[in-house]
Amino acid sequence: MSEQRPASKSELMVVASARALTGKRVCFVGVGLPNIAVNLAKRTVAPEMELVYEAGVFGANPARLPLSIGDPTIVTGSTATVSMHDLFGLYLQGGRIDVGFLGGAQIDRFGNLNTTVIGAYDAPKTRLPGSGGACEIAINAKEILVIMRQSTRSFVQTLDFRTSPGNLGGADEAAKIRTAQGWGGRGPTGVITDLGVYGFDDDGEMVLRSLHPGATLEEVRASIGWEIRIPHDVPATPAPTVEELRLIREELDPTGAYVS
Amino acid sequence: MSSKLVSMREAIAAHVHDGDTVAIEGFTHCISFAAGHEIIRQKRRNLTLARMTPDLIYDQMVAAGCAKKLIFSWLGNPGVGSLHAIRRRTEPAALAAGESLLEIEEYSHHGMVGRYVAGAHRLPFYPLRSYSESDLPKVNPLIRKVASPYGGEEIWAVPPLNPDVTIIHAQRADAEGNVQMWGLLGCQKEAAFAARRVIVVVEEIVPTSVIRSDPNRTIIPGLIVDAVVCEPYGAHPSYVQGDYDRDNAFYREWDVISRDAAATEAWLQEWVYGVEDRAAYVAKFGADYFTQLTPPPAPSGSVDYGDYR
Repeated sequence: MSEQRPASKSELMVVASARALTGKRVCFVGVGLPNIAVNLAKRTVAPEMELVYEAGVFGANPARLPLSIGDPTIVTGSTATVSMHDLFGLYLQGGRIDVGFLGGAQIDRFGNLNTTVIGAYDAPKTRLPGSGGACEIAINAKEILVIMRQSTRSFVQTLDFRTSPGNLGGADEAAKIRTAQGWGGRGPTGVITDLGVYGFDDDGEMVLRSLHPGATLEEVRASIGWEIRIPHDVPATPAPTVEELRLIREELDPTGAYVS
Repeated sequence: MSSKLVSMREAIAAHVHDGDTVAIEGFTHCISFAAGHEIIRQKRRNLTLARMTPDLIYDQMVAAGCAKKLIFSWLGNPGVGSLHAIRRRTEPAALAAGESLLEIEEYSHHGMVGRYVAGAHRLPFYPLRSYSESDLPKVNPLIRKVASPYGGEEIWAVPPLNPDVTIIHAQRADAEGNVQMWGLLGCQKEAAFAARRVIVVVEEIVPTSVIRSDPNRTIIPGLIVDAVVCEPYGAHPSYVQGDYDRDNAFYREWDVISRDAAATEAWLQEWVYGVEDRAAYVAKFGADYFTQLTPPPAPSGSVDYGDYR
């Protein structure tokens, strides 16, 4: 067998995201990298995990990597295919989702997300897709994992628009509002990027938890628009195993469309 | 039982009028591109286009000048990127001379589904937990808060949506419009029950006995249907579960075409104005094209309803 080439940044993101799902039971999946991560987790750290797609599928077993969120492969072989009223009402708002994956064009230090516009809402510089299910996933899933590539354009001091709430202005405010308004979830618990894995500290602010192999603290600081909290000793993210990389390259994304 | 079978041309001429609110629903699955293209050919104007995900069909209808307003919850080319024709009408810097910005009314997915549910149930609003601490209510004054009549909490609400006409695509119906569908169900049932008029488009017309042999699969009764159109491959480039796959290559190709206004117009000339109807569109691709989109079979088991006399 030939030597495995080193993991790409996207592969590091996928592997770290999959490991974050260890032991999780019900996961609300998005397309792209989250989709590969969840399918990798199902083959490694969370074999019992149920995949839920907003298009109306509970317990999906996709035989190929879905390009769109509504690909027919998520239906064939699934446990249940339901209306979107049922999916968003009974499954999501009803509190059956353990973890939801979100991404966005912008994230702030408290894990609030923008997927709506860059610039002013009424006269946007860039019109983005909008909420889709993100706003209600952020509120109702028991916890949120965010997958995003780092840059000063995306990790910003102030969002242009808050589509999906995270820890709002900090942990105290967020806890108060979650209780008062009956949210089902506790908000963001992790952010996985191309450079590292982040958590949220007691104030509800993002903090670096581990640095991916090959990434430096200088890169981390240079690609975040606020002064990111970095503890004294930051461990390295454990490198992907031979088997994790094999699964990604041979089974989950054989054409390298997402992670090469 | 009276047959409601008509051609697409007749269905659109009779039921879609200038200024209407039109919902061509179907979440990635079963989007009636055939109806959208006929609306373009019949040059309907000033439409309010409602869809959870406007998808390529509304990008094409906006490019063709049919729309004055969009109501939606996710505005992108699913799995690919942006809807460029719509972006040209929503970003001031991209607006062409003589064009005006589209009116925009946006929700989240649950909110959009809830609007159809309230519309279908003839209720004044649909309550939901979404929108807390989101900026969406700030830019859409129709998303409001309501106090629970049982005390304690406030909840968000969205208003009913009652389209003038809802158009859905499905695998099969009988001539009266009893519709059966499988695969992703989206919000077609709710959007149809909410509408004043309903057009159903199907791959196949079947005898009523086929419908009645499997009543759990019926999503919409002929009772609420005004017109039935049989249009094989009528959902292409979206897909129909079990019949044909999504044409992902075309979704990617549209990303290139739609970036350029002139290329978009040329595409509409060739593939919409330049073909008489969906049959001509299908013929223009050729039979082989659709063969490569046909999945191998994966039939369900059958269930026994019992013969009770």
